[in-house]
Amino acid sequence: MNRKLLAGPYIVWVIGFTVIPLLMIVYYGLTDASGAFTLANIMEIAREEHAKALWLALLLSLASTVICLLLAFPLAMVLRKRGVGRGSFVIFLFIMPMWMNFLLRTLAWQTLLEKNGAINAFLSFLHLPGISIINTPGAIILGMVYNFLPFMVLPLYNVLCKIDDNTINAARDLGANFFQTLVWVWIPLSLPGIISGITMVFVPALTTFVISNLLGGGKILLIGNVIEQEFTKSGNWNLGSGLSLVLMIFILISMMLVEKYDKNGEGTAF
Amino acid sequence: MKKSTEKILRAAENGYLGVILIFLYAPILTMMALSFNSSKSRAQWGGFTLSWYAQMFDSPSIMAALQNTLYIAFMSALIATVIGTAAAIGMNSMKRTPRALLTSLGNIPMLNAEIVTGISLMLGFIAFGITLGRTTILLGHITFNLPYVVLSVMPKLKQTSKSTYEAALDLGASPVYAFFKVVFPDIMPGVLSGFLLAFTMSLDDFIITHFTKGAGVNTLSTLIYSEVRRGIKPSMYALSTVIFVTVLALLIAANFMPGKKKEEKSL
Repeated sequence: MNRKLLAGPYIVWVIGFTVIPLLMIVYYGLTDASGAFTLANIMEIAREEHAKALWLALLLSLASTVICLLLAFPLAMVLRKRGVGRGSFVIFLFIMPMWMNFLLRTLAWQTLLEKNGAINAFLSFLHLPGISIINTPGAIILGMVYNFLPFMVLPLYNVLCKIDDNTINAARDLGANFFQTLVWVWIPLSLPGIISGITMVFVPALTTFVISNLLGGGKILLIGNVIEQEFTKSGNWNLGSGLSLVLMIFILISMMLVEKYDKNGEGTAF
Repeated sequence: MKKSTEKILRAAENGYLGVILIFLYAPILTMMALSFNSSKSRAQWGGFTLSWYAQMFDSPSIMAALQNTLYIAFMSALIATVIGTAAAIGMNSMKRTPRALLTSLGNIPMLNAEIVTGISLMLGFIAFGITLGRTTILLGHITFNLPYVVLSVMPKLKQTSKSTYEAALDLGASPVYAFFKVVFPDIMPGVLSGFLLAFTMSLDDFIITHFTKGAGVNTLSTLIYSEVRRGIKPSMYALSTVIFVTVLALLIAANFMPGKKKEEKSL
């Protein structure tokens, strides 16, 4: 019996449900309603409202990626030091919120951030000025960080756990201070995890339409919202596919980065 | 002196862990609190009530969505686990280049943006004349679950030694018997964590369901999304609380059962 045959159903599945459907987007993106070849759908990205939505999405997703990285790196270092070990427990802690529906979790932030919400009630109790970020880009960034932080923590934690204590001790023995060890040892050795974490946060943040819809009050349009509306409301699949193709350029760039820096899949989250 | 800086550092670390955990769990606790709130408004506390829990069981739309969600999560995780485990075994005996190619293509649904995966599946189904409904959601979920299963099983498979399997064959076991008696127990933790991961992913998915579902079919996610504009019924919070607490209890029971081997504790 040839064992390779066991991969047969998977090969069929990947071709039928991944490759062919993606080619469908390429087909729709490069044709007009009558089926003739055109680049107009892709050029639509230059139209002001589309370019603005893409720019805002890039801005917000970059901001939330940076915040996630800054929050997650020290967190992963603390978790490693504590030897929380039993990888299972950390993963448990970060996967657990997923058992509560993603939409409800995000909606809960609406409740927390509202003018009369829990956070402002707490702040006024402490006689501090209230915050009003609901329905602003700030709230969208918060929603992105909240939803995608685990995707940054897990790959970082995985690579950090593989760093030998002796490597760190050697650097310290040779006279490196904390920041030198950080820059010359910790960061280079965790690069596969950093890159993998960055893409795992950046791609879903860049393309989201749900978070902007729930926390932006429906007035702030990201590129994801524009594409979603083309498919569900306006019904212009060609335009929606064309804009998706533009979006896929950014996704491809991040995939290539992972390929380059994380060849052995060390930085995978799970 | 050194000891006191160590102490301060430790306190700072604990504080940081605490802040992150509050950040992660505050919305969940809010939802749970709202499920007991007798005022329908999210901004006001109107006293304690259990009536939302009672209403949840009486709502046919919530019960139908719950049934769909559980059916799709279970079936997609099961089918993805079977196909994915077989694929990992097959890929393990492939040559480098075809294996790398299949891995890259197979990982696309995991790395690609969900909105693109969702749209592509929808266009594909429509192009081939498949009516959107519950089955198309299931097919979509299997698609994005597969790479997670392959990814969980593959490392375990690489750790197993070939010689035990060959020894079983030499002793007269058939390949299938040898596989289930020798190889399978070794990769079992990977298979199990692949299944659980797939189940979790499917349960929480909204975007791919949103694009691959037919009219009138709802999972909990799409039902919630359709209620956002009108205002979410608090019975939805009640249901989520029930699901969350149930899963938490099951996971704690599975993880901290006495006498359980360490390797098996991987979720």
